Amino acid sequence: MIVFTPRNKPSKNWIFLAPTLSIILTVILGGFIFAFLGYNPGETLYHIFISPFTRIDRISDVFVKACPLIIIGTGLIFCFKANVWNIGAEGQFIIGALLAGSFGLLFPEMDTKFLLLIMIFIGFLGGALWAFIPAILKTKLNVNEILVSLMLVYIAMLLIDFVVRGPLRDPMSFGFPLTKAYPEGALINKIPIPGIGFLGQLHYGVISVFILVPIAWVIINKTLLGFQIKVLGSAPKATSFAGFKEKRITMIVLLLSGGLAGIAGVIEVSANMGQLQPEISFGYGFTAIIVVFLGRLNPIGIILAGIIIATVKLGADNAQMAIGIPKVVTGLFEGILLFFLLTGETLQKYQIAWKNYRS
Amino acid sequence: MKKILILISIIIIGILAYLFNENKTETKISKDISTSTKVGFVYLTTPGDHGWTYAHELGKQKVKNHFGKKIITTIVENVPEGPDAIRVIRELAQQGNEIIFTTSFGYMEPTLKVAKEFPNVKFEHMTGYKRTPNLATGNIRFYEGRYVQGVVAGLMTKTNKIGYIGAYPISEVIMGINAFAQGLKSVNDKASISVIWANTWYDPVKEADAAKVHIAEGADILAQHTDSPAMLQIAEQNGVFGFGQSTDMSAFAPKSQLFASVNNWGPYYIEKIEALRNGKWNTGEAPDHWAGNKWGGFSTEMLELSEFKNMPEDVIKKAEEVMNEIKSGKLKIFAGPLIDNNGKEILPAGKEMDDGGLWGMNYYLQGVDGKIPG
Repeated sequence: MIVFTPRNKPSKNWIFLAPTLSIILTVILGGFIFAFLGYNPGETLYHIFISPFTRIDRISDVFVKACPLIIIGTGLIFCFKANVWNIGAEGQFIIGALLAGSFGLLFPEMDTKFLLLIMIFIGFLGGALWAFIPAILKTKLNVNEILVSLMLVYIAMLLIDFVVRGPLRDPMSFGFPLTKAYPEGALINKIPIPGIGFLGQLHYGVISVFILVPIAWVIINKTLLGFQIKVLGSAPKATSFAGFKEKRITMIVLLLSGGLAGIAGVIEVSANMGQLQPEISFGYGFTAIIVVFLGRLNPIGIILAGIIIATVKLGADNAQMAIGIPKVVTGLFEGILLFFLLTGETLQKYQIAWKNYRS
Repeated sequence: MKKILILISIIIIGILAYLFNENKTETKISKDISTSTKVGFVYLTTPGDHGWTYAHELGKQKVKNHFGKKIITTIVENVPEGPDAIRVIRELAQQGNEIIFTTSFGYMEPTLKVAKEFPNVKFEHMTGYKRTPNLATGNIRFYEGRYVQGVVAGLMTKTNKIGYIGAYPISEVIMGINAFAQGLKSVNDKASISVIWANTWYDPVKEADAAKVHIAEGADILAQHTDSPAMLQIAEQNGVFGFGQSTDMSAFAPKSQLFASVNNWGPYYIEKIEALRNGKWNTGEAPDHWAGNKWGGFSTEMLELSEFKNMPEDVIKKAEEVMNEIKSGKLKIFAGPLIDNNGKEILPAGKEMDDGGLWGMNYYLQGVDGKIPG
């Protein structure tokens, strides 16, 4: 069978070479696939990787797309570093947005400049509440958090569906499932650039990335909590020897990641939709998991990872518009890219050998 | 450092790609650009071979056949109904598409937002109700086909139980159920419709489950307001009959599909593009309370029925007759007296329900069992 043994000392060169090689292999293999299907590989790759950066408003759209991924990912870092597997960020995102949005819609008299801040706070609480369920079950009853958090995603989806079709449906929507538009104070505005106007969908919410990510970096690298999280993740037994409370840390990381996913939900809906609708997330919570691993559980890394994923997604749209290449083909390409990047990382950390246990 | 290397390598690859890029499409386009109209389409899913988006794809192909080199079409498929839609629609507008068709209800707000930013580009949104001077809406009178389904079901059923799979309890779907009931009642006053809400537009598993429940409860004719062929496949396995949705689905159930209501978007697309090329495009005069500046049915050929199969000659004859009467306007589907399934009079005899009334339907007419959830 195949055996993975950790390399004692990962080669310094390969730390740089592995991802480079991964990308080169992706481009070569992807190029062959594109050529095989009758598309000019150079042109296709240009549209996927480069075209999202050819206009300033396209660049801003990359950031807009990456924004929820990075915010959710920032929260997930805490969990994954502690070996706590929160797979339900999608649900926490939805509940955060749902509770905050409901507040904004139900209390229009709160429409002041503080409304948005209150909603972001409620979003944090909502996301944290949804993560509290797997957290309490794990710490009290030792229930697997992967299953609980994942199942809660579907409950959250049905819950928002119910609210949007039932209690909060706009009476003027002819039965269509939409809430009223948010009050003015609940919206996140687009950023006006002097002399240009608006750049695509670039909104103030994107700025939060540059606030939240450094805070996360500081917590992880410069605080006792961060240290405890890392110890719990890499050597669970050492946690108790050191007198750290394992359950408390588990609870904190789940609440933090749930809360951040909730904030991401509030920002996404307030900036880009301005009302609640049955679907608000489009898989951000799941894609963020890929972003976190691509960014190697590092706050700065996930900014880059988020941008890479967002670029490829936007590039896929551009490629389709420019040369008519179907999304399924560019989706294939995305898969190959992730496959090679993650394989590269694994091979760089582990040695692979064939071992025959019979002999 | 490593991330920087990744970025550098991406950029190098990109530059290489750019150098290799021969700009074939751009030169090709520029030859025709002086006379060609650029038309954009936004699709919810990959067109595939059945259902809602496939019907739009067939419409787009009709457009291409009709205009040939006079237009250049660009499609973007698999666009989620949120911020991605805004970005894609804006990009299409920026790339010089003069008219953009957005083909799902959920694109309403995104289309509205982009339409305000590009007052010189024309937008056509399908099945929404918000419009501006450069954003028109289009829809099909799907309920006309469902009346014919009701007639055929009434003549074909032996158990007098009709199983109906609804997507969501919104007026669009409810008017379809009621039209079906009107057709059913016109030929068979013993039969009744039972509705299962799938709470999805497309989910083969849920649709198949709903079909199984209907059959277990004795239904021998199935109808659907959902998009997958799953219901028909279950019908085929169980030897009962059903109706296809959006496109002809007989390939999935050759022995079970009686016919399908076929969404024919081609004529609508062609009309609007033609109007744009002649400088006569407008949003029409439709009142604001119902969907569709252009709301066409049999008479505009926006709704068609696939070939009648698996039914006796006399039923086929009746179905064709009914269809032609709806087409000519002789048969009014929602003419009074209309009585809901609690016995309350909705519309007195001698009157006909207007389009606004259709979009306000939140009740079942006689012939439908149960009550609307919510």
